[in-house]
Amino acid sequence: MATTITKTETLVGKRIRRREDPRLITGTATYVDDIQMPGMHHACIVRSPHGAAKIKSINVKPATDLPGVVAVFIGKDTEKVGPVPCGASLPGLRVPHHYVLAIDRVYFVGHPVAVVVATDRYIARDAADLVEVEYEPLDTVTDVEKAIAPGAPAVHPEWPDNTAFNYHQEGGDVDKAFAEAEVVVKQRITSQRLIPTAMETRGVVAEWHAGDRSLTLHSSTQIPHLLRTLLAMMLGLEENRLRVVTPEVGGGFGSKLNVYAEEALMGFVAMKTGKPVKWIEGRRENFTCTIHGRGHVDYYEVAAQRDGTILGIKLKLIQDLGAYHQLLTPAIPTLSVLMMPGLYKCQNIRADIVGVFTNAVPTDAYRGAGRPEATHGIERMVDILAAELKMDPVEIRLKNFVGKESFPYATATGLTYDSGNYAAPLEKALDTIGYKKLRDEQKKVRAEGRLMGIGISTYGEICAIGPSPATPAGGWESATVKIEPSGKVTVMTGCSPHGQGEETTFAQIAADELGVGIDDVLVLHGDTAIVQYGIGTFGSRGTAIGGTAMYYALQELKEKIKKYGAMLLGSEDVAFHDGVCEDKKTGKSITLAEIAAASYRAMKLPPGETPGLVATNFWEPPNFTFPFGAHIVVTEVDPDTGAIDLKRYVCVDDCGKIINPLIVDGQVHGGVAQGLGQALWEQAVYDDSGQLVTGELMDYALPRASSMPWIESSHTETPSPVNPLGVKGVGEAGTIGCSPAVVNSVVDALSVLGVRHIDMPLTPEKIWNLVQAGGRA
Amino acid sequence: MTRNITLTINGKKRTDTVEPRMLLIHYLREVAALTGPHIGCETSICGACTVHVDGKAVKSCAMFAVQADGREVLTIEGLGADGKLDPMQEAFWNEHALQCGFCTPGMIMTSKQIVERNPHATEQEIRHGLEGNLCRCTGYQHIVNAVKAAAAKA
Repeated sequence: MATTITKTETLVGKRIRRREDPRLITGTATYVDDIQMPGMHHACIVRSPHGAAKIKSINVKPATDLPGVVAVFIGKDTEKVGPVPCGASLPGLRVPHHYVLAIDRVYFVGHPVAVVVATDRYIARDAADLVEVEYEPLDTVTDVEKAIAPGAPAVHPEWPDNTAFNYHQEGGDVDKAFAEAEVVVKQRITSQRLIPTAMETRGVVAEWHAGDRSLTLHSSTQIPHLLRTLLAMMLGLEENRLRVVTPEVGGGFGSKLNVYAEEALMGFVAMKTGKPVKWIEGRRENFTCTIHGRGHVDYYEVAAQRDGTILGIKLKLIQDLGAYHQLLTPAIPTLSVLMMPGLYKCQNIRADIVGVFTNAVPTDAYRGAGRPEATHGIERMVDILAAELKMDPVEIRLKNFVGKESFPYATATGLTYDSGNYAAPLEKALDTIGYKKLRDEQKKVRAEGRLMGIGISTYGEICAIGPSPATPAGGWESATVKIEPSGKVTVMTGCSPHGQGEETTFAQIAADELGVGIDDVLVLHGDTAIVQYGIGTFGSRGTAIGGTAMYYALQELKEKIKKYGAMLLGSEDVAFHDGVCEDKKTGKSITLAEIAAASYRAMKLPPGETPGLVATNFWEPPNFTFPFGAHIVVTEVDPDTGAIDLKRYVCVDDCGKIINPLIVDGQVHGGVAQGLGQALWEQAVYDDSGQLVTGELMDYALPRASSMPWIESSHTETPSPVNPLGVKGVGEAGTIGCSPAVVNSVVDALSVLGVRHIDMPLTPEKIWNLVQAGGRA
Repeated sequence: MTRNITLTINGKKRTDTVEPRMLLIHYLREVAALTGPHIGCETSICGACTVHVDGKAVKSCAMFAVQADGREVLTIEGLGADGKLDPMQEAFWNEHALQCGFCTPGMIMTSKQIVERNPHATEQEIRHGLEGNLCRCTGYQHIVNAVKAAAAKA
C-alpha cells in the first residue's frame, strides 16, 4: 500500500505511488500506435519466409496495382540507406554489411525484403501479400555448435567458418591454479535464446517537413538521442534536422536499446512520399525480427581445494550472434566475462569467447545482458563443486565470498567492486526461509520418496553502465533542472524511462533537495527537441547516473538560489531549506517562488551571476556500481508429471540506497518473473531450416499470473560510494539472481537420482524424462 | 463492401460505416478514437485489448466490429465518473500494479470482471482470472494486490 503525500516532507525512501500512473490507468497515455496524423500512410514489411535464400526476382506490380497503395520499395531503392549500425568494436570483428532491406540474399526468417506503403493499415497488409518474391532456398544453420563444426553451411559466404570474432581475457595464473587444485569440476551449461517480448511491439511514426528539410521520428525506443545520431547518419540527414520523440514506451528490457532497419526505413519512406507514415510491428514480427537475448553454450571448469576454496575458473563461451550484429550484439558476451567470478575472491580467470553467426535474428541486450549468463554459470558451478565436495551450498559460498572489509575490491577481470557485504543478504534470506528447519524437513520428505529441493544463488551484477571508456557510446548521463519564474520545477533527464518510474523517483530527489512538494516537480524525457543530449535507459543506470546528474544540477541551482536569496534579503549569510532562503541572523526569509521570479525579472543580479534559475549537468561516473543479493527457492518435483511446484521464493536484494521501496519491489518482482521465465518455460526454438518454431505467444511460454509464486522480497542497504545518492540500480537484479536459484533447487531435488545439472528451461517434459531415466539424461 | 453498425460505447450511441473484416479493436482505436485499449498480439492471447461487451470482458482483437452492432461496449476510458477514478484504477495506482502501462487498460477491465463475479476471490482465484492477460513488467504480484484491495473496498 502506498502513501499519499499531501505536504512537504522527506520523500526519498518512501513508498510513494507513481506520478506517471494517472495517464496510464485511464487509457490516455500516448504510445506510438496512438499517434494519428492527417494524411498518414501505413507501412507493412514483406519478410523472408526462408532462413537463407537467394532472391531471384521481386515483382511489386501486383501490389502497386492495388487501389490505396502509395509505393513499394525494395532493396535496390534503399541501398544507400544505412547500414544498420553495430556500435560494438572488438579486435578482428567481422561485421557484415547490414542493409535495411535485403539486396540479393536473405539471412534469416523475417529478414525485410520490401516495404509496402498504403493509405490504410488493412490495404498495406493486403498489398504485402501481393508482392511476388522468387527465392532459391539455401542450406541453413541455426545451432551454434553445428555452425562452427567443419562443413556447416556458411551464413555469410565470405566467412565459411561462421566465426565473427574470437575474444580472450585472462587474469592471474590459471594454469598454476589448475595444476595445484585438489579437485576440478567441469560442466557444459547453456543459456538459451530468449525473446524479450515487451508487451508493446516496436513502432515508428515518421513525418517529413519538406520546407524545413527536417524529419520528426516517433519511435518506441530506450535511446532517443543515440537513435537520432545514428539514424541521421543512416539517412544522410543533418543531425540537427532530425527530431526523435519517444512517446510512452510499452516495455523494452533491452530489445529497444537498439537502432533497427525499420526506423531508418520509415524515415526514408516519409522523405520519399512526403507524407507521415506509421509502421507498427506485429507480434510475429516482434518474435522474428526484434533482437533475441542470451544464446550461450558455456563450457566451465572450476579448480578448487578440498576445503571448498575456489582457485581458478576457465570458460569457453560460444555466443549465438544470429545473422547480423545489431547495436551491441558482439559486446554482450564480454559482459559475461567481466562478471565470471561472481561474488567470489577467485583471482585466476581465463575466458575464450567465440562469436558465431547463425541463420537467426541477432541476439543483443536482454534484461541483464551477459550478467544472467555469467551468474547462472558461476552459481551452478559453485553448487556442482559443493556437491562434489559434499559441502553445504551455503558453507561453500560463505567460504569464498569477497569479505566485507575488502572493498574496493579488484577482480581478476579488471573490475573494481565498489561496496558490499555479501553475507548479509544471504543470512537474511536464510533466516527468512528458516534454512536449518527446511533441510530437516527435506530429509523427512526424502525418506517418504518425495523430491524436494532447496536452491540458493548469491549474485552480483554490474550496474550503472557505465563509465564512458567502458561503453561504446558514452556512459555518462545528463540533466537540466529549470526553476520556472513561478517557482515550479521542471527536470529534463537524458534517460528515457519506459516503466521504471523515474518521473516519480527523480521528483522525490528533486523535491527533497529544493524543499518543495512533489507536485511542484515535473520530469520530462524522451524528446530530442526538448531534452539535452542523453544516453538512455538500460543497464540499471537511470537513477545511479541520470539521478546523479540531476543531483549535481540541483546543487548548482541551490548555490545560485542562495546568492539571489542573500541579495534580496540584504544578508551576508543565508541558509536554504524547506523551499525558503533564510537570513541566519535575522530569521527573515524569502520563498523559492519569490527568488525565482526575481531571478527572471532580473532588476538586479548578484555579483557575477546570470538571470534565471537553470542548470545543466553532464555526469561521468567514475565506476560502475555492483549490487548483490541472495535468492532462495524451495521446489518440489512431481515425478509422475515432471511438474515443478515453486513452494517458496525468498529474495534479499541489495541495490544500495532505496529511493522508493514500492518501485524497487516492482522492479524485483518483474525481474524475478523474467528469470523464472528463462529457468522454467521460455525458449526460442529454431528448427534446422531456420524456422522459428516458437514464433508467437501461443508457442512461447511467458510467465502468467497463475504460474508465478508469491515472491517474499526484502533488502539490505549497502550504499554505493560511486555516487552521492548511494544508489546502485535494481532493474536487472531479479532476473540475474533468479535462474540459478531455481535450477539449483530442482537439481537439489533430483540429486537423490544422481542428477548434477539440468539445462534451462526446466520443462515438465525434460524433468519427467530425467526422472523416468533414473536421473540419467 | 461496407456495413453500418450502431453501438453504445461508454454510454454514448454512435453509428459508423465499417468493413466487415474490421476488428473491433481497430474500430475502437481508429474510428472511435479510443486508444486506451491496446494491441499487443492480435491473436487474442495477450489481453491488452480487453474491453467489456454487454458487461463481459472480451478481447476486442478477437471480434469484428460488426459483431458489436447493437451492443454496449465499455473501454478503459469509460471507467470512473465526475473526475473520480474507478476503484480498480485507484487500486492499480496505489499498489503499483503497473510499470510500462501497456497491458494496464486490459488488465483493469479483466480485474473488474474478476471482482464482479467473485468479490471474495482468493489469491489463486485472482491469478486464475488474470491468466488471459499478459504483463511483462510486474511479475503480477502487485496486480494481485490491487485486485484484492479493490475487492475489499467493493
